[in-house]
Amino acid sequence: MSELSELYQAVILDHNKKPRNFHKLENANRHAEGFNPLCGDQLNVYLQLEDDQVKEVSFEGSGCAISKASASMMTQAVKRKSKQEAETLFNEFHRMAMGELDVETEPNHLGKLTIFAGVRDFPARLKCATLSWHTMHAALNEQQKVSTE
Amino acid sequence: MATSKQELVPILPKPRDGWDVERIRKDFPVLRQTVNGKPLVYLDNAASSQVPMMVIERGAQYIEQEHSNIHRGVHYLSMKATTAYEGAREKVKRFINAPEAKECIFVRGATEGINLVMHGYGRKFIGAGDEIIISAMEHHANIVPWQMLCEEKGAKLRVIPMNDAGELLMDEYDALLNERTKFVAVAHVSNALGTINPVKEIIERAHKYGVPVLIDGAQQAPHGRIDVQDLDCDFYTFSGHKMFAPTGSGVVYGKARLLYTMNPFQGGGDMIKSVTFEKTIYADLPNKFEAGTPAIASQIGLGAAIDYLNIIGREKAALYEHELLEYATRRLAAIEGVRVIGTAREKLSVLSFTIDNVHPHDIGTILD
Repeated sequence: MSELSELYQAVILDHNKKPRNFHKLENANRHAEGFNPLCGDQLNVYLQLEDDQVKEVSFEGSGCAISKASASMMTQAVKRKSKQEAETLFNEFHRMAMGELDVETEPNHLGKLTIFAGVRDFPARLKCATLSWHTMHAALNEQQKVSTE
Repeated sequence: MATSKQELVPILPKPRDGWDVERIRKDFPVLRQTVNGKPLVYLDNAASSQVPMMVIERGAQYIEQEHSNIHRGVHYLSMKATTAYEGAREKVKRFINAPEAKECIFVRGATEGINLVMHGYGRKFIGAGDEIIISAMEHHANIVPWQMLCEEKGAKLRVIPMNDAGELLMDEYDALLNERTKFVAVAHVSNALGTINPVKEIIERAHKYGVPVLIDGAQQAPHGRIDVQDLDCDFYTFSGHKMFAPTGSGVVYGKARLLYTMNPFQGGGDMIKSVTFEKTIYADLPNKFEAGTPAIASQIGLGAAIDYLNIIGREKAALYEHELLEYATRRLAAIEGVRVIGTAREKLSVLSFTIDNVHPHDIGTILD
């Protein structure tokens, strides 16, 4: 598989076309806004946290296929996870994207999120994949805004 | 949008006497490499162009044989370096038909050129309640410095709007001009739309109010003719790295009369006549605006890039580029879902487009 088709896999294209949990969460008690000044991508992540557990999660905003699919799959991944588990996923996802975690040889909890491993070959697109994760991380930690710069 | 198949047959620009594209490709060492097994194709010239061998060799010759500081030393190398550096300034003077070489100030690029005028002219002559006019299609480099000035001085930024084709609305420009207008700054050619603005007309109308005009020529310099005397512009700036020269080279031209009245841009060596701790007397033009050791190799490279443009023939290159633009526009428009942005009647070879429902960054990665 070429690097390009590894980046734009069918799953990613599907999530881009039909993003899951793509709406504002009315009863959210955590919210953060993520911004990538390089391309103008902007998204909001909403969390409903109860007893340190992510009960509901959603996002809205605009961006490229990578950022939208990544946000969509992020919401699926952290839903019903504990705060600690969500943070672990954030950490592992970030390290995978940076090329610091080899998902084929090292133990991790990423599951199908490993399809984003391909971004390590596209440094210019790294932030597209990680923006929603940084925003989710900021929301968990009650920061209002996050920028990839 | 889709047209019949017949129109999709490639109609490439016709080869003509004295214009051999393959030979010109060979002038650029960067194009000798292959990427992913295919010959490198480079389409980002509006951001930064590649450098031909002739310019690389001239820069290398300077570094190998002539390098030294300019304007200061009395030794052999310093004189060689000064001669080469000032020789490049003479080439720039002819390139833009400036009355005098000393009116051509070397800067790092158009961005620095605009900032020089903002600091030297704007901060001295523009005050509270004054108005500065720019256009809706300016590069950030011709917006932000004026916003900074407006914020500092309490002046107001006015913007000439444009139509859907990407052409400035000249009637709206007329309506913006008034006694409070103190400066006009517009692009000769839009970097995003390719629109060639009617700058001569813009300058003439501003001058009726006694208002000086700066033209941002970053996109015009590589492709078209520049005649600052015919335009009668007060300032004109462009970058070397968009016209085959190394980064760090560029020029801002200013009418000597204005340059003399302006504040210097930066303080330091080379820009002074005499310095005591009580008072400093600034140097004559152009040194007043060139504090510190400049990018000597880059500016000498700019001189060589001007030579290169003259050798391949600027008129012939412009004609070829125009045919390429027409061809590319026609082919792109024939693809379903593709929309060409910027359809001005007067247009240079800059081509922007969008594809329905696809983010520009995905297009960029996939086409790379």
